[in-house]
Formats: sequence, structure tokens, C-alpha cells
Amino acid sequence: MKQKVMNQTRRKMIIGGATAASTPLWINLATAQSDTIKIGFPTPLTGPFSAEAQDQVKAAELAIKEFNDAGGFNGRKAELLVRDTKLNPGEAATRTLELIEKDKVNFVVGSLSAATQLSINAVCKERKVLFNSISQSDAINEAKDWSPYTFHEALNPTMTAGAVARYSIPRFGKKIVFLTADYAYGHEMVRAFERAGKEMGATTLADIRHPLGTSDYSAFLPRIKALNPDILVLCNFGRDLLNAAKQCTDFGLKSSMKIVAPVLLYTSRLAGGPEAFEGIIGGTSYYWGLEDRIPTAKAFNDAFRKMYNGSVPSDYGALGYAGVKSVLASVKIAKSTEALKVVSAMENLKYDWYKGPEYYRKCDHQAVQTVIIVESKSKNMKDKYDVFNILTIEPTTEKNMRSCAELGHKA
Amino acid sequence: MTGLTFELLCMQLLTGIALGSIYALLALGLCLIFGMLNVVNFAHGAFFMVGAFMGVYFLGVTGNFWFSLVLTPLVTGGLGLLTERFLVRPLYGRGLDYPLLLTFGLSYVLIEAMRVIFGIEGLPSVTPDGLKGTVDVGFGFFPKYRLFLIAATALIIFGVWFLIQKTRYGLIIKAGAADQEIVKVLGVDIAKVWLLVFGLGCAIAGLSGILASPTRSVNPEMGIPILAESFVVTVVGGLGSPLGAVVAGLLVGVVYSMTSLFFPDLSELSIFVLMAVVLLIRPQGLFGKAGAMG
Repeated sequence: MKQKVMNQTRRKMIIGGATAASTPLWINLATAQSDTIKIGFPTPLTGPFSAEAQDQVKAAELAIKEFNDAGGFNGRKAELLVRDTKLNPGEAATRTLELIEKDKVNFVVGSLSAATQLSINAVCKERKVLFNSISQSDAINEAKDWSPYTFHEALNPTMTAGAVARYSIPRFGKKIVFLTADYAYGHEMVRAFERAGKEMGATTLADIRHPLGTSDYSAFLPRIKALNPDILVLCNFGRDLLNAAKQCTDFGLKSSMKIVAPVLLYTSRLAGGPEAFEGIIGGTSYYWGLEDRIPTAKAFNDAFRKMYNGSVPSDYGALGYAGVKSVLASVKIAKSTEALKVVSAMENLKYDWYKGPEYYRKCDHQAVQTVIIVESKSKNMKDKYDVFNILTIEPTTEKNMRSCAELGHKA
Repeated sequence: MTGLTFELLCMQLLTGIALGSIYALLALGLCLIFGMLNVVNFAHGAFFMVGAFMGVYFLGVTGNFWFSLVLTPLVTGGLGLLTERFLVRPLYGRGLDYPLLLTFGLSYVLIEAMRVIFGIEGLPSVTPDGLKGTVDVGFGFFPKYRLFLIAATALIIFGVWFLIQKTRYGLIIKAGAADQEIVKVLGVDIAKVWLLVFGLGCAIAGLSGILASPTRSVNPEMGIPILAESFVVTVVGGLGSPLGAVVAGLLVGVVYSMTSLFFPDLSELSIFVLMAVVLLIRPQGLFGKAGAMG
């Protein structure tokens, strides 16, 4: 009971805070409540990924606002129902079921962490509700987990870890050690990095697995130092990545090896400071600095800045925006909120919301998109948001993804 | 495992001791409060977290690590005094569970408070200038800051030992823990002693928070996992035994570190296995007296 009350207050605080800039929206919502298009948004607001999750909510609210400001769909406005999964697959499934059964949501967008998105997907699959996932997973696209209602807006480990491997192995060397969070995300990142590395003759010296949510990595570091790899790959996320990067720096690991992260998080870098992340290279789906070369990135950043006091969206935040935007745009095209009609509209969608052209591959509904390789900088920063240099952008191509046949799809 | 050398083992041991230092400090604070007041302080991890936030905040304001090292325990200690006086005191004599639930609730209040004040992402913490980088310890390079951490912990533990074993106040504290009725009869204001002990425990928690902050991220939830680990340490050492807290703290650190070397994915489990083994052999903990929960 106590837990429930706390959840509700937190939910109110977040939704209230997020839409404070758009108070009139609430009045509209109140009058058209029965008629709104409801999007359920389960995400881990508490726990080690909370920074990323909060940003997802903020950006998703922006997408909702833009849809409503543009008149909605035949006058029907959209509404976001945010729920805290607490980074727990069981909790995520319960909340999603509640969203579908009790709140009667039309669609589900969201989640963070490979394991929770798989549990959300299982619920949506069974209830035949469209789910657009904004967290990385390879398994979700494989035939056994996938359903026609499953979409995957985020990059997947094959794409990110692959791109980082292709960038770093030729430059820094072939002896690899992994420091891996012991859950689906970590395992998938290692598998994808090794897959791309094998073609270039890379060898794995060790894959050191740590429990999710470890705050001190020092005990793993002497062995890594003794193994003396060319590249240390940090396959962990959120605060885990932050702490690992910080402690690797403290133990002087950077002097003898290059540290890379398949997913180098903007939020972790902000919270960790320049020193801890100096020189670390990684992949990302989005960095606000793209605005110098991509007009839609500029437009997205400006809208976000306007809504949130000049702050810029993070990588996973941007996915919240794109995830909601894709679904709502498809509702307009399909002229319906019926799941299967929206599914087929999304399958044919060609979109450019924030990072250049994208589309969903037909067979597995994976968003085909670019991977950006960034390096964390510690000098010549214009402001506190200026944290990465863009090294290269791996272009959009299905060639770097696992083929539909490999995933077990017939088409 | 290939590549296992004497140097690596030494490094691993030292890493474990640095890790155990924080456990020892936290458990010492817990144990003082439990031994004296019979209060299981579930807000101890939250005081640790508040200490880390205050430390980083004062460091930002004053620019001086040493200054914030003095200021932080004063703040958390003061917070501890207020907690004992206005929240814990009305619950004396109602058994273990009342203060336990109260401090559990308090920890959530403190976590939410830090979220509201500093935001959910937490604060970037930095290593003080003179303690950055690594130093050659003979068998490899070890971060200077973690050596400082070990030394600082040793100093604080010595200070607490000195207070309890060598001063008049310590005598009163020990007597109060043994038999509060007699101490009262002798004319000592036991309420004041409890107040100060609770404050001291919270000051030590805050101090461990700031000491730990340069090694990890400072965020509102940082006190939760470490509280569980500190309770393991307290149980292994023996409830209410300060010596037990220190020895068990270091032991847990070393066990964790050594497990990480050979079976990294079992590292977290290892300390709970240690606890189970100790409890099977000595149910009262390594240095505990039988029936300490009395």
C-alpha cells in the first residue's frame, strides 16, 4: 500500500513537472479525456537507470505536445501514462498489464533495460497491443520473442557494439577484455562485439561479469590490468557505466589500454564529469551536437530546449521522442487507432524525426538507422552540455544488422 | 586461472582492504548506535548518502576537500542529534521494531529530500587534487586516494577506540551499554549520552559518505545497497561489538575482492555466503556476546 502511494506521488510529480510548461494542455485533456489516444509508458524511474528514464519521459512529453498542438488526430488528443518499472521485469509486466487492462491504453511505448523490455513485449504480444521499444535488445527482434505488434525504435547491440568494434579494433588492437553487467544487455553487447571482432581477427582474453548495480569495481581492476588487453570494453549501463569508467580512470588503466563502451551514455558522462570519461570512445544513437549537420536534430533540440529551460535531450531521451512520434504519425496515416492498421502504417513509414532518415525493416520491425561514434572530451568545452566529439557516423545499412533469416523470420 | 601472480594477489588484497575500510566505518557507526541504544538504525545508509552529497556540495562551495571533510560530519551529526531527540526518543521502551520502522521511513524521506534538492542524477564527485593518480606500492600501481582512504579510516577507528577505551565519556558509554539503570542511579543523565552516541554514529556515517564519494557516483540511492552490506558486516562481527565491526568490515572487503578475482559473477553473493558460514559456526558473530539481541 505504502509503495503504491509513493508511486502515485512520484508519477504526479514527474508528469506535473514535465508538462508544467504546457498548462493549457491539461485543460484540453480534462475535457477530452474519454476520447484521448492513450500511450502507456513504462520505464525505470527509480534505480540505476533513473537519469535516462526521466529524460525519456521528458522527450516523450514533447512528442505528445507537438502532436496535440498540431490538432491531434481528428481532434483526438494524445496522453502519456507513465509508470515506474523499477528496473524489475516482473514489476514491468504488472504495470504494463495494468496499463492495458485498467487504463485501456491504445499503445505501449517505452522501457529501458533489455530484460524489462522483453517482459513488456511478452505482455503486449499476448494482448495484441502495439509496443514500440526504446531500449536496446537483440532478442526482441528474434522470431521467438517477436510478434507483429513489436517494434524496436532503439538501436540493438548488433548495431552499436558492432559499430564500436569496427571503429576501435583496427585503431587500437585485437586483444579484448570485457567488463560486463551480468544480465541480458551485457551478454548481448559482448556477443555483438565479438561477432564483429571475429571478422577482424580479434581475440577475447576474458569476459569479466559483475552483478547489475555494482557500485565499486575496484576488485575487478587489478586482474584487467594484469591481462593487459589492447581494448577494455565496458558492457554496462547507467550508473554502472559511470562507476566503472570512474574507477578504471582512478586505477590508471587508460595508460596501457583503450577503454570503449558499446553505448556511451550522455547522462552518465554528465553525472560522471569530464575527468572520469576522458578519452573513452563509444557508440550512441543520438548526440545533440548532430544539430550542426542535421536540420531535424536542430529542430528537435530547439523544441526540447524551449520546453525544458535550455537543457538538451540525451540519447535515450531522444528515443522516447521518436518512439512516441512514430506511433502517433502512423495513427494519422492509418486514420485509425486499431492496432493492426497502425502496424501496417508503421511498416511503411519513412521518417526523419531527429537524426536523419529512418525506417522499420519489414521482417522484424527494427528501426534501420545510423550509429554515431563519439569520444568523451575534457578540454575546450563550450558549456556543460558540450561533452562529446563526433568521430564518425556509421551509415544506415541493413548490411550491419543480422539478416531476417538469421533472426528466424521467414520473410 | 592463468596469469595468477604474487603481485596480483597483493593488489587484490590491498583493493579488498580499501573496500573493507568503508564497510568497517559504516558498521562501526551502526554498531555504536545498536550497542548503546538498542536501535537498529535503518537510516544509516541514508546518512552515508547525505554525507556524500554534503561533501561534494561543500567541496563545490569552499573548494577545499579538508574543510568539507570537517564540515560534513558536523552536518550529519547534527542531523543525527535532531533525529534522536525528536524522532527516536519517544519510541524508547517499545522494542526493536518501532525505531526500526521509523528509521526506515526516515531514510526514504532523506532520499526524496536529496532528489528534490540536487536532482535524481546526483552530483559529479571529484578526487581532491593532491590525491589524484596512482602510486607505486611495490607490487603495482594503486590509486593514491584509496591509500588515503585506508589511512583515514584507521585514524577514525583509532579515534573512536580512544574515546571509548581511554576517556571518562567512554567509560560512561560502556557502562550505559552494560546496565543503564545503574548508570542512572549513579547520577549520569543517560538521555544525553544516548543523544550524543546517536549523533556520533551519524557523524561517522556522514564521514564515510564523503570519504567514499570520490570513488563512486554520488546519487540519492547510493545508501541502499551499502546499508545491506553494512548489516552483513555487523552480523558477521557480532551485534554491538565495535571491534567485530572493524574486523568483519575488512574481512568482508577482502572476501569480496578475492571472490572477484576468481569468480567475478559471484562476488556479490560471496559476502552473504560468508555471513551464513559465520552464523553457522558462531551464531553470535565473530566477536559478539551470546544473546546480544536480548
